[in-house]
Amino acid sequence: MVEIAYAPADGELSTATPRWRLVVRRFLRHRLATVSLVVFVLLVLLAFVGGALWHYSYDVYTPDNSQPPSARHPFGTDATGYDLLAQVLRGTQRSVEIALFVAAVSGVFGSVWGAVAGLHGGKVDTVLMRIADLVLIFPAIAVAAVLANNVGASSQGWLLIGLVLAALTWPYVARLVRGLVLSLREREFIAAARTFGAGSWRIIFRHVLPNALGTIIVAVTIIVAVAILAETALSFIGFGVRPPDTSLGLLVSQNQTAVSTRPWLFYFPGLFIVLIALSVNFTGDGLRDAFDNTRSRSRR
Amino acid sequence: MLAYVLRRLLHSVPIVLVGSFITFIMVSASGDPLGDLKAKQPPVPPAVLAAEAHRMRLDQPVLERYWHWLTGILGGDWGPSVKKIDIGAEIWPRLLVSARLVTLAVLLALTLALLVGVVSAVKRYSTVDYVFTAIGFLLLSMPAFWFAILLKQQAIDLNQATGATLVYTVGEASIPPPTGFWPTVWDVLGHLVLPTVVLAMTAFAPWSRFVRSSMIEVQDSDYVRLARAKGLKRRTVLIRHALRTALVPLTTVVALDLAVLFSGAVVTETVFQWRGMGSFLLSAVRDKDIYAVMAWLLLVSVIVVLFNLIADLLYAVLDRRVRLG
Repeated sequence: MVEIAYAPADGELSTATPRWRLVVRRFLRHRLATVSLVVFVLLVLLAFVGGALWHYSYDVYTPDNSQPPSARHPFGTDATGYDLLAQVLRGTQRSVEIALFVAAVSGVFGSVWGAVAGLHGGKVDTVLMRIADLVLIFPAIAVAAVLANNVGASSQGWLLIGLVLAALTWPYVARLVRGLVLSLREREFIAAARTFGAGSWRIIFRHVLPNALGTIIVAVTIIVAVAILAETALSFIGFGVRPPDTSLGLLVSQNQTAVSTRPWLFYFPGLFIVLIALSVNFTGDGLRDAFDNTRSRSRR
Repeated sequence: MLAYVLRRLLHSVPIVLVGSFITFIMVSASGDPLGDLKAKQPPVPPAVLAAEAHRMRLDQPVLERYWHWLTGILGGDWGPSVKKIDIGAEIWPRLLVSARLVTLAVLLALTLALLVGVVSAVKRYSTVDYVFTAIGFLLLSMPAFWFAILLKQQAIDLNQATGATLVYTVGEASIPPPTGFWPTVWDVLGHLVLPTVVLAMTAFAPWSRFVRSSMIEVQDSDYVRLARAKGLKRRTVLIRHALRTALVPLTTVVALDLAVLFSGAVVTETVFQWRGMGSFLLSAVRDKDIYAVMAWLLLVSVIVVLFNLIADLLYAVLDRRVRLG
């Protein structure tokens, strides 16, 4: 296979140690990204804290059925009397938990995998990357549906769904990190570390990964957005989070027939998905520019 | 060239085999195909259960089952089904239905991505670029199923307002199908419109961003500047020199995204209630119909591997620097 890193061509990363202050300053200058990060943090806070404070619970019936949005029920209620705001907050919490978990697991696992492959080269590289490619030839939703079919219903189901999605997304990180390591390993400081007798693992963790951190952070951010969309899609087709628990995808699925009669039931959960994914994607874009030393001149 | 193609084809075989082995183990371990039968009230006689287990080859060790399945497929036998469907007879027509959706969506997404990507790159940091960027990010962040339901509802409203079926919203063709060749083609195309738009939009967003950034990179390169300096027309340089180079990595991206598109097709077909590969997969997973799930995974993975191979060959055609040895 012709090896091409799956990254936009302008995503070339500086290989110098990130100067954190500079990165932060550049990020803050990217106004849209800064606002997006604030929005994302607020959404997460709202879901985790607000859900607990809100006077309705996601799994307790209220006496009001099919109410349009009002002061009592800002997002309205569904036919069985559930308060939609409470459900959306709970769904957001679940979806965000899963997405962050996926990003963390596939980020760490993929980085180490890619770094080992890139650093060793030769047969090790071929075998490791073939395995990564193997994962990518299967449509994720099919494999996830098979794997999650049994686990979704249990109380720790969301963790297992996270693991399944991580098992399907790590190759993207691995490919990216491998490409970066291939260029890094020819650099003098790696050769110097070798000369001083540093082992492979020490080189990977002390020298390679810190220098690849910018790329990894950007990739992991994008994976958060990808995971949100994947989890909601999986829950939508019935193989993700299941009742009595709830997620944003499940809410859209349960309320899809209400789109013309009680549109609030359909629009609010969907808008939350878009809002989360959008804020994460913009944050990722800002981070990409902030870590990128070669492009900073073109974008202020 | 021919030798290269053959060698690459041979290389693809172990990939598909290893993939099918791993998924076979995974699918086999994912649940008991006779679970529903065993839970039946009143209980099914043990003799029936044993016969079913034998029919589903559950009395064999898993490795033997894999071998049995693999050699069966070479002879055209897709294996037994829990629901007693003929998997082969069921899946081929459905594959055709889904393949026309995916093919059209790829063509639409590619066309739009090239147009938008090139325009955005040429008019970098202009209003047009920012508008396209905003649309791209929005599509990138929109769940396909939600977008699909929205579109479907708009179409239903439109149909109701005009009192005629302008856009089909359910199924992949009318039941019963219209008679005659052209009416059938029109009917199928009419049903394709909305799902194609939905699926194409999910692929369009990342592809247009990709075209944009590779065009920007190429535009700043020395040989494009040289071509301009030679006095070639801007348009000629753009298309003959810049776009050609930018297209090369795009072929790989598109081939790699094929698996993602099949995922998207599953969701899209669900919303529009198609009898394609999507509903086949979902009911097979729900019924723990091992061999039906395996047939789906095998067919789709072979298609993805084949198209990756084709992408590599295209790569060589588009970029003469790649030597095929």
